[in-house]
Amino acid sequence: MSKPKVAVIWNASCGGCDESLVDIEDKIIDLADKVDFVLWPCAMDFKYNDVAAMKDGEIDITLVNGGIQNSGQEKIVKLLREKSKIIVAYGSCAWLGGVPSLINLKNKKDSFAVNYLDCPSVINPGKKVPMAKSMADGYELELPEIFDTLYTLDDVIDVDYYLPGCPPMPAMIINALGELLGGKLPPKGTILSPDISLCLSCSRNGTKPDRMVMGEIQRIHEIIADPDQCFLNQDVLCMGPATRDGCGYPCITGNMPCTGCMGPMKNQDQGAKMISALGGIIDGYDEEAVDRILDGIPDPAGTFYRYSTAASYLGRRREKNR
Amino acid sequence: MTEFKPKIIAFLCSWCSYAGADKAGGQKLRYPANILVVRVMCTGRVDPRFVLKAFREGADGVMVLGCHTGDCHYRNGNMKAMKRMRLLSRMLPQFGIVKERLMFNRVSGGESELFQKLATEMTENITLMGPLKIEGFVKTEGAL
Ligand code: SF4
Ligand code: SF4
Ligand code: FES
Repeated sequence: MSKPKVAVIWNASCGGCDESLVDIEDKIIDLADKVDFVLWPCAMDFKYNDVAAMKDGEIDITLVNGGIQNSGQEKIVKLLREKSKIIVAYGSCAWLGGVPSLINLKNKKDSFAVNYLDCPSVINPGKKVPMAKSMADGYELELPEIFDTLYTLDDVIDVDYYLPGCPPMPAMIINALGELLGGKLPPKGTILSPDISLCLSCSRNGTKPDRMVMGEIQRIHEIIADPDQCFLNQDVLCMGPATRDGCGYPCITGNMPCTGCMGPMKNQDQGAKMISALGGIIDGYDEEAVDRILDGIPDPAGTFYRYSTAASYLGRRREKNR
Repeated sequence: MTEFKPKIIAFLCSWCSYAGADKAGGQKLRYPANILVVRVMCTGRVDPRFVLKAFREGADGVMVLGCHTGDCHYRNGNMKAMKRMRLLSRMLPQFGIVKERLMFNRVSGGESELFQKLATEMTENITLMGPLKIEGFVKTEGAL
């Protein structure tokens, strides 16, 4: 019997998801024994033409990491959709846009200005920014077109499963691959982690008092954090209430608050959920007192949607409406 | 160009503002017909998600009106709502939505005139701002 064919592809992502596959340690060797990798640009040398030459549905599982931010990425994921039986949005960027999708709070022009023109460490006298078409030595060069908006994978192609995390944790990866390769397929559209909030499994959940009150909001480096108390109870923002369970709370164990990388629960908006939770515990009787506390959250969107801007209810900044 | 008639969703607490709006109707006080009322048991029930969803599905403005401080029938639902809407209105501008498109205020069952005033002011303000133009998901709007 021939081995199942697996492809891995990266898009608008940091490379951490590819790294996380290697991080499953000796299991990666088992995996490499059990499957044939047919594409994995980060780790192996295959060509897109080889994929294009395959039959439709010939690849058993394709793990896609990263959101879609340019026409090249769009093209390759559309090709992989044709050639694959199962597409997994691997990691929170493919699922929700991830950290790169914070760009949706700005636009392409702003980001080019910051990255290529105004950044103090950039020397760019010709004021060159990436262009889809350009001329060099008489040749016309073509590059993928960068979009104004970063899209989630399922904005662009049909997705079968979602594996959350930034990046997904080893145990989750092993579990998910085991299930999918073993042919034990969950219903299409399943998000491969428990649909409950992180607080429910967090070791500090029991320390929450009956009536929790946040009298101010402090950053984690401004306090000496108690290693056992719930962070919210220490006046530090923790995204646990608005975040999906399944990671095993490594950050909390490391005495750092959760920043929300597992994304929201089903049909939830991570920012709305966190605002809802905070509204219930922020102190203050009148508007002025509340405002003083809220000044401790200078960047609400960036804090609440750090991993999910592209998949949020509003999705992106709208330029046209004032 | 046809005249812009804003769509404004008003979440009204059943115990106070809804009664106030009802009374305004009973007294035949005129207020703009653009206000689409959603009756809730308490403003504490207004999940920030409802507001975002209203904006996403075509609302040009959202009002959340509850009981006066100390009068909430569930003790502090209106305080929670005030805090939620205040935080939410700090976030909306990051998505390009001016914060005046979301109003939180307090109207008691007897204050029909206050309801009329707020509804009229909100409609006038939003009419000046123009349409919000958010239609559906990024997916259906975008370049792809
Ligand atoms: S808020 Fe954070 S620290 Fe507190 S119980 Fe939830 S995940 Fe744990
Ligand atoms: S604790 Fe939060 S930030 Fe850390 S891995 Fe889990 S979900 Fe991600
Ligand atoms: S009952 Fe009116 S705001 Fe709570």
